[in-house]
Amino acid sequence: MEKRFVRITDTTLRDGSHAVSHQFTEEQVRAVVRGLDRAGVPVIEVAHGDGLGGSSQNYGFSLVPEEKLLRAAKAEMTRAKLAVLLLPGVGTVEDLKMARDAGAEVARVATHCTEADISEEHIHWAKQNGMEVVTFLMMSHMIEPKYLLEEARKMESYGADCVYVVDSAGAMLPDDVRARVSALVEGLECQVGFHAHNNLGLAIGNTLAALEEGANQVDGSTCGLGAGAGNAQTEVLAAVLDKAGYATGIDLYKLQDAAEEAVRPILPRPIIIDKDTLTVGYAGVYSSFLLHARRAAERFGVDARDILMEMGRRKAVGGQEDLILIVAQELAAERSGK
Amino acid sequence: MPQKVRVGIVGSGNIGTDLMYKIQRSEVLELAMMVGIDPNSEGLKRAARLGYETSAESYQYILNHPNPPAIVFDATSAKAHLANYKALQERGIRAIDLTPAAVGPYVCPAVNLGEHADAMNINMITCGGQATIPMVRAVSRVVPVEYAEIVATIASLSAGPGTRANIDEFTQTTARGLEVVGGAKRGKAIIILNPASPPIMMRDTIFCHTAEPYDPARMRASIDEMVQTVQTYVPGYRLRAEPIFEDRRVSIFVEVEGRGDYFPKYAGNLDIMTAAAVQAAEVTARHLLGVGERG
Repeated sequence: MEKRFVRITDTTLRDGSHAVSHQFTEEQVRAVVRGLDRAGVPVIEVAHGDGLGGSSQNYGFSLVPEEKLLRAAKAEMTRAKLAVLLLPGVGTVEDLKMARDAGAEVARVATHCTEADISEEHIHWAKQNGMEVVTFLMMSHMIEPKYLLEEARKMESYGADCVYVVDSAGAMLPDDVRARVSALVEGLECQVGFHAHNNLGLAIGNTLAALEEGANQVDGSTCGLGAGAGNAQTEVLAAVLDKAGYATGIDLYKLQDAAEEAVRPILPRPIIIDKDTLTVGYAGVYSSFLLHARRAAERFGVDARDILMEMGRRKAVGGQEDLILIVAQELAAERSGK
Repeated sequence: MPQKVRVGIVGSGNIGTDLMYKIQRSEVLELAMMVGIDPNSEGLKRAARLGYETSAESYQYILNHPNPPAIVFDATSAKAHLANYKALQERGIRAIDLTPAAVGPYVCPAVNLGEHADAMNINMITCGGQATIPMVRAVSRVVPVEYAEIVATIASLSAGPGTRANIDEFTQTTARGLEVVGGAKRGKAIIILNPASPPIMMRDTIFCHTAEPYDPARMRASIDEMVQTVQTYVPGYRLRAEPIFEDRRVSIFVEVEGRGDYFPKYAGNLDIMTAAAVQAAEVTARHLLGVGERG
């Protein structure tokens, strides 16, 4: 029997941007893309962690302008497709246009899981301008599968070629993933994808669960370089999927070499599950809050875990990094009995 | 008996309806009519019930009226405003544009209303702009601002279909407003929709990078004074946390609680738009009546 093809998108150079506080250099991007492309990774995503236009005080300024990184990435590609991320409300169609002109072929458009209708103009533009469109329903753990399907249908109706269930908080258990992915697989005509975070140690397992429910596309990051405790580690994913009987088109040795030689030297610290990253998953908050919470914790003399738990209680959504500063101030004031 | 200036509302949706309740409280504005395109709209029904003249012939009704209002609030769409603003001007009717058409100058009452009190057409920018530009100005009047960035977080329920379908318009227009009216050399705007239940109050964070170090006490005084100015027309506008003062950076956190006229109180983003528009109309009305501005 022929193996079912699963398309892996490597997001080391986008989700991993969070882990390096958006300080990727052109040389690093070139080396990583070269390695991934030679290993046969079909799609490589490059952008600020919060997507095009994300360079800001709120999320962190990029060291190198995105356009420069995109052009560098494109120049190293021989067969991979270049993808970019865009969060409507943060970036605009203008940013998408810049990316397309720089060689991006896949537009990944992301909204909070209840807000799909803010993505219509961006999806339309990308489709009309010859791009493939993949959409993200971020923080998918926050709503029930039937509501998630309603939002996914909106994105499909705007023209999405694939809708992703995105576990931005790394908060889902395998059954949560199964329920959501299967609802989308049954209810949509287009493809379905899954994006994991490893905060509860389930990134690879959850990705397998998504594939068993019929997902066609999944994300990984090499060495797990991503927000929070990172993503499904691409090189592990490639090996596991091969053993599980899926075809990915990836050369395992070459991918492992790319991970060791191009990505590992970039890691600012080991991407592991520690008390803070575990709390991100346990509280169910956006993975990129991690470093912002740590910085605020240090500044205001509070525990990063308390900040993250409070962010969860307040039902913060992706992008609300500014609320961390307020929560940290309030926790500090409470502690000093003000 | 104090004299009042006759005003009209074009657009009988949520914004138009909220405007109606705010105008009712005004000492210098008298609502003459509300017009729209849907005779069965809730707004027109409410206006009729309150005894105001109504019509579903929208702009045409006002343009053909024997005694048209001196000022109209346009709460329709950019397209409708662009199609009608010239005709309004020709009839000598002033327009306060709440759409993104932006034919006239951007106006934020707390900052630059005085400059445009006599303009035939003014534009109210965006809700995020109304909530954050005063703070950027509070900083830029103390020290030059190289870069201003705002993050507006609003309740999902308070974002209508128009905003949702054109979210880029919000970010781009707000960013320009930070520059043109706020006085920042470069502006950036981010909008976040949060679906939490019960709905969250509108919150805005304003980050400014200044050209040089500044005196924190002076900066704080400027911010407090500007908050008070905005409070004259949006009583629920307040600092949400202590501002953070660093060498060349200022971070300000505000919250906007609405008046609760037609919109629920959490929808401070909608309330600050209509409140700013009415404030602008009142200043123009006083100008027309030849009465000095209060305060």
